[in-house]
Amino acid sequence: MQTVKMVVTGPFNSGKTEFIQTVSEIDVVSTERKISAEAEKVKESTTVAMDFGRITVDDQLVLYLFGTPGQKRFDFMWEILSEGMLGFIVMIDSTRPETFREARSILETFRAYAPTPYVVAANKQDMDDAWDVEDMRIALRLENDVPLLSAVARDKESVKTVLIELLTNILNEISG
Amino acid sequence: MALKGNLRDFTITQLLNLVNLAKKTGTLVVEGANQSARITFREGKLAYAEISNEDNGLGAVLHKNKIITRAQYNTISKRAKTISDKELGLMLINAGYVDQRDVIISLQNHFMDILQRLFSWVEGIFYFNPGETPPPDRIPIKMDLENIIIEGSRRLREWEQLQDELPNLDLALKFTDRPGVNIQNLNMSVEEWKVVSYINPKNTIRQIGKAAKMSEMEIRRVVYSLLQAGLVELVRPEGMVRTLPGLDQTMAGKSKEEQENLVNRLIGRIRQL
Ligand SMILES: Nc1nc2c(ncn2[C@@H]2O[C@H](COP(=O)(O)OP(=O)(O)O)[C@@H](O)[C@H]2O)c(=O)[nH]1
Ligand SMILES: [Mg+2]
Repeated sequence: MQTVKMVVTGPFNSGKTEFIQTVSEIDVVSTERKISAEAEKVKESTTVAMDFGRITVDDQLVLYLFGTPGQKRFDFMWEILSEGMLGFIVMIDSTRPETFREARSILETFRAYAPTPYVVAANKQDMDDAWDVEDMRIALRLENDVPLLSAVARDKESVKTVLIELLTNILNEISG
Repeated sequence: MALKGNLRDFTITQLLNLVNLAKKTGTLVVEGANQSARITFREGKLAYAEISNEDNGLGAVLHKNKIITRAQYNTISKRAKTISDKELGLMLINAGYVDQRDVIISLQNHFMDILQRLFSWVEGIFYFNPGETPPPDRIPIKMDLENIIIEGSRRLREWEQLQDELPNLDLALKFTDRPGVNIQNLNMSVEEWKVVSYINPKNTIRQIGKAAKMSEMEIRRVVYSLLQAGLVELVRPEGMVRTLPGLDQTMAGKSKEEQENLVNRLIGRIRQL
């Protein structure tokens, strides 16, 4: 039996838990703790450690989805996370440009140190004030060959599309 | 779709960068603490700008640029209420008071002045109205944004802000290939040129800083302005030691076919969800 994992990272409130929950066959296990810092009062509680979801492929292969905020204070987790990792997804809340800077910094850290394929998901595209995906590409300084997808983490088809895009990139990397 | 936000999180320089690279047409409205400004772009170039509570008319602009006297300005203000800037411009040119160059340069200076003031606004909300053109009675111009962006980026001095913008000095830089941008035409400082000469995917930003004898702060600032102007992009340095296990390690001991088979099974399963 083999297990592989994909990491879902991105700023607080970008939709990581939602994304994993939408496709996981188990209830997402979130190691959550209340954070009362003024800046993070957006939600009641926020993921401080990580989310954990599962998709069983067959009796020999299981895919785990790990959600992690990817902030500085969680740096020590990168190493644990990247073991058995196939690729990663950077989630970004398209309606909150104030988080783009942090998203970019998470992305740059990951890109530099995690040598696996990745995709960037411009999440919450169902909302009225979502930024245009191509504007986000520039704001996030993503080169044209970086896969940037419009996403709605609440929508199963959308989540599937993001996962398949990542897997396709992984396949391309393997096939050279 | 919406392009809006707060200047605290997304600076004027970043907005200009966005407009420039996406070659946008439309009007950017910025509402600051005491004033608001409207900046209009055409295909990524500056076309027009105005700021609230001030006379943005051609008469005022020419007077500010010392092209016409105060007396002339007063006369125009009284008499020209009902005529458009376009008509006024033509009248003044035909009457020999000014020439076309004076008009264009004065407008450029006025628009630049507004943008420079915007750079100092730290509070304010912005939104972009796609397709919105300048008021029909005004005279539009056509001005490249790169120099304005570099100028604006120079003002970003605060260490913390720079550190957020450019967290990782161990990345390298490479030139973007954007047609129509000629690096020779940019007003770069000696410092900026020095950095440019070291740009190469083999050199990390940190190494460039050392070679150019700059502090971390200085190199960050220069690299930031080059990034904002869309002249360079960040890349993983060639030959960098990879610190975390990659795909090779996850797939260790598997043939290429087995690896492909594994990924195809994953794709098949997700399709069924
Ligand atoms: N409208 C909309 N809301 C979303 C979407 N994804 C997540 N959300 C909501 O955004 C909030 C934060 O999502 P969450 O998954 O908890 O973010 P996390 O902090 O990254 O784990 C929750 O209220 C979600 O229901 C989406 O695609 N569209
Ligand atoms: Mg969460």
